[in-house]
Amino acid sequence: MEFGLSQDQLLLDDSVRKYLSSEVSIDAVRKIASGEQSDSDIWRGLADMGLAGIIIPEAHGGAELGMLDAVAIAEAMGYAACPGPFLSTAVMSAHLLNHSGATDPLAGMASGDYRVGIAFSDFVGSRKGAVTESASKLSGQSLYALDASADAYLVALADGRTFMVESEHLDRTLLTTIDTTRSVCELNFDQTPACLVTDDAQLVRDTLYRGRAIQAADTLGAAQYMLDQAVAYSLDRKQFNRAIGSFQAVKHMCAEMASQLEPCRAFVWYAGHAFDEAAEDAAATACHAKAHLSEVGQFVAKTSTEVHGGMGFTDLVGLHYWFKRIGFNRQLLGSPEAVRHEVAVMQGLCGD
Amino acid sequence: MDLSYGSEYDAFREEVRSFIRENKDKQPQAGDGIKSQAMRDWQALLIENGYHSRTIPREYGGYGAEPDIIKSRIIAEEFGAERMHRGFNGQGVTMLTPVLLEMGTEEQKKAFVEPTIRAEMIWCQGYSEPGAGSDLASLTTKAELDGDEWVINGQKIWTSTAHHADWIFCLVRTEPDAPKHLGISFLLFRMDTPGIEIRPLVDMTGDANFNEVFFTDVRVPKHQIVGERGQGWQVANAILGHERGSLATPDAAMNRLNGVKRLMREESINGAAIIDNPVFRDRLLKLEGRVLAMQYNDMRLLSAKINRNQDVRLAGMIVKLIGTELRHEIECLGIDVMGEIGLSYGDNPHVRGRGSWQYQYMFYLGLIIGGGTSQIQKNIISERGLGMPKEPKVEPKKVEPKIAPKIPAAGAK
Ligand SMILES: Cc1cc2nc3c(=O)[nH]c(=O)nc-3n(C[C@H](O)[C@H](O)[C@H](O)COP(=O)(O)OP(=O)(O)OC[C@H]3O[C@@H](n4cnc5c(N)ncnc54)[C@H](O)[C@@H]3O)c2cc1C
Repeated sequence: MEFGLSQDQLLLDDSVRKYLSSEVSIDAVRKIASGEQSDSDIWRGLADMGLAGIIIPEAHGGAELGMLDAVAIAEAMGYAACPGPFLSTAVMSAHLLNHSGATDPLAGMASGDYRVGIAFSDFVGSRKGAVTESASKLSGQSLYALDASADAYLVALADGRTFMVESEHLDRTLLTTIDTTRSVCELNFDQTPACLVTDDAQLVRDTLYRGRAIQAADTLGAAQYMLDQAVAYSLDRKQFNRAIGSFQAVKHMCAEMASQLEPCRAFVWYAGHAFDEAAEDAAATACHAKAHLSEVGQFVAKTSTEVHGGMGFTDLVGLHYWFKRIGFNRQLLGSPEAVRHEVAVMQGLCGD
Repeated sequence: MDLSYGSEYDAFREEVRSFIRENKDKQPQAGDGIKSQAMRDWQALLIENGYHSRTIPREYGGYGAEPDIIKSRIIAEEFGAERMHRGFNGQGVTMLTPVLLEMGTEEQKKAFVEPTIRAEMIWCQGYSEPGAGSDLASLTTKAELDGDEWVINGQKIWTSTAHHADWIFCLVRTEPDAPKHLGISFLLFRMDTPGIEIRPLVDMTGDANFNEVFFTDVRVPKHQIVGERGQGWQVANAILGHERGSLATPDAAMNRLNGVKRLMREESINGAAIIDNPVFRDRLLKLEGRVLAMQYNDMRLLSAKINRNQDVRLAGMIVKLIGTELRHEIECLGIDVMGEIGLSYGDNPHVRGRGSWQYQYMFYLGLIIGGGTSQIQKNIISERGLGMPKEPKVEPKKVEPKIAPKIPAAGAK
């Protein structure tokens, strides 16, 4: 019995973290967030390490690893506030395309040349209108599609039918959100040609759950970064002639963050593992993990900022990028309340 | 990640299951007290089959198995799934026995371990005092050597089960001039020794499970000390480590949470089942997420016992804090879903679950405080887990000799 990351997974994790800490500096994050620079160099570098194709079969140029590996990588990316389409292209689209048999784009995705975005708003629960299809043409609007520079999008309708639409046929508008390190956009369809990828709602749901497990891991990493920063800052910053970290109020804030966050590590690992080895647990665990990390993440984001005092509130230290990343993960692909409701339905506690 | 225990354990699991099937009816029932024959018989049966005191050597009355974490886990899982009685696990069994095995003399092991694990010798833990709670090391109950006997004077408080106990393991100050942590010794003595007075304290649940214990010239044979004179603090800390982990297990929390789910299906308001109320459902699911996190954390801790290269210090340190607080909240939801019926207690005919929801809600508040309060846990987590500065030490105020105030020189402000 061994619960945790394997030796190989730890090695991979280590090399990814090394790469991220050297290539994804706070300056790089800042430039990407302000639009001064694109995320393409970083994505190219990650693709060269095999991460763009992490779950894509070797036959299509991928690394053919599992969800536990992907979850570990997502945690490292959250820690670094790393931009790029890991969630949309490398995990969700890769899974959906691979399992629907529409494997042509996979090689380009694995090499980092081709990005496939995720337009799931109708499927998760539309806040406005809906996309309709007739004769392989889409009409309507999909909001908050990930990410704005994708070459094509997988558009999942409310009933689960999922279409692929090339970006060149699309009218799309960048949507500004709090977290500008990751771009989302609005897709407008007007008799837009689309290609049916799957009508298997189960596959689409499974893809969504995988996305949620990745988001949970990403939030875990981002929250861990914020906790580490809070502890380090509290040991450095002095007031009343002592390190603020020697005040019990500050110590207890940090202890509370650590106590809530530490069990999340095992939770997120299990959420990844379940997709690989314990399919019966996968859906509920991924949803629960996403909702739980949303709550813990929110608490840590707020508390860590407070430990930093006014400095935490400034743009200067950049802590806010992590704060916003956690907020972004919380709402996208289902708010915690909505996701918990889905779990209740899965357990038969209530109707849809 | 490899979560299977391995097929070599399948046969063991089957063995445990068949034991449970065959012996289910022999368990002690609700009314059987800790000193009943039913409890002792059950205890003996569990030990004989290796389901209690499993790794305690045979020469001290245990089952004498090699430590095998997975087998212990399987026993816990199977007994838990069938809600089987795990036997008597008082403070003597869970806290004193491990310490005697580690630090006791051969005579002490021979004399105390077997009757303790067989529930024939009931112990209480005499640590806390009116002036020494969280700051346990400031305790003042003193023991002075008079010939071959310690003479003990002072008072303990919050002593759980002292009224049932045959013996006490007790912290006393033997070296009044040493620094506070180095002046304590760990003594064992009978509760019927002359000079001991026990006064029950009723707690908020209505039970009188803990007590005040007064010592007036209590005489105890000199050799009834564990460790050396002045080493009592180390001995006690070895035990506290054993105590903390066992106070709040996530599997028990999940069982209670499932109990809340059942309640929510059964209880209704204006004809609508509570489970159909989205506000309560969200609270339920939120708690479920938190319990799951603790269950996987527990698997991680289990794994680290088997695979020694895994670092889980922080993951272990948070269990008492999060586990007890979480359990308290689960019980609270159980009450809330019942509304005014949730107030029922005692002989109220509308009471649900024999009043366990209110009882456990209060009981777990006791556990949040006992065994190191949540605030003390946070001190420990921040200092030992996160490397933050220790609490400043404040020396006791020295009584300054009185000096007449200086008369200010004329013209001074
Ligand atoms: C149900 C129950 C059973 C018990 N059983 C036993 C038993 O069998 N034997 C035994 O010896 N004892 C027992 N105890 C006693 C228990 O260990 C103490 O109650 C506990 O250690 C707290 O001490 P105190 O009650 O004196 O509270 P105090 O130490 O006075 O604490 C009061 C408040 O001050 C806070 N506080 C104190 N110091 C600090 C600090 N340094 N930093 C921040 N906050 C601080 C505490 O967190 C708490 O909120 C039991 C207690 C309970 C509730």
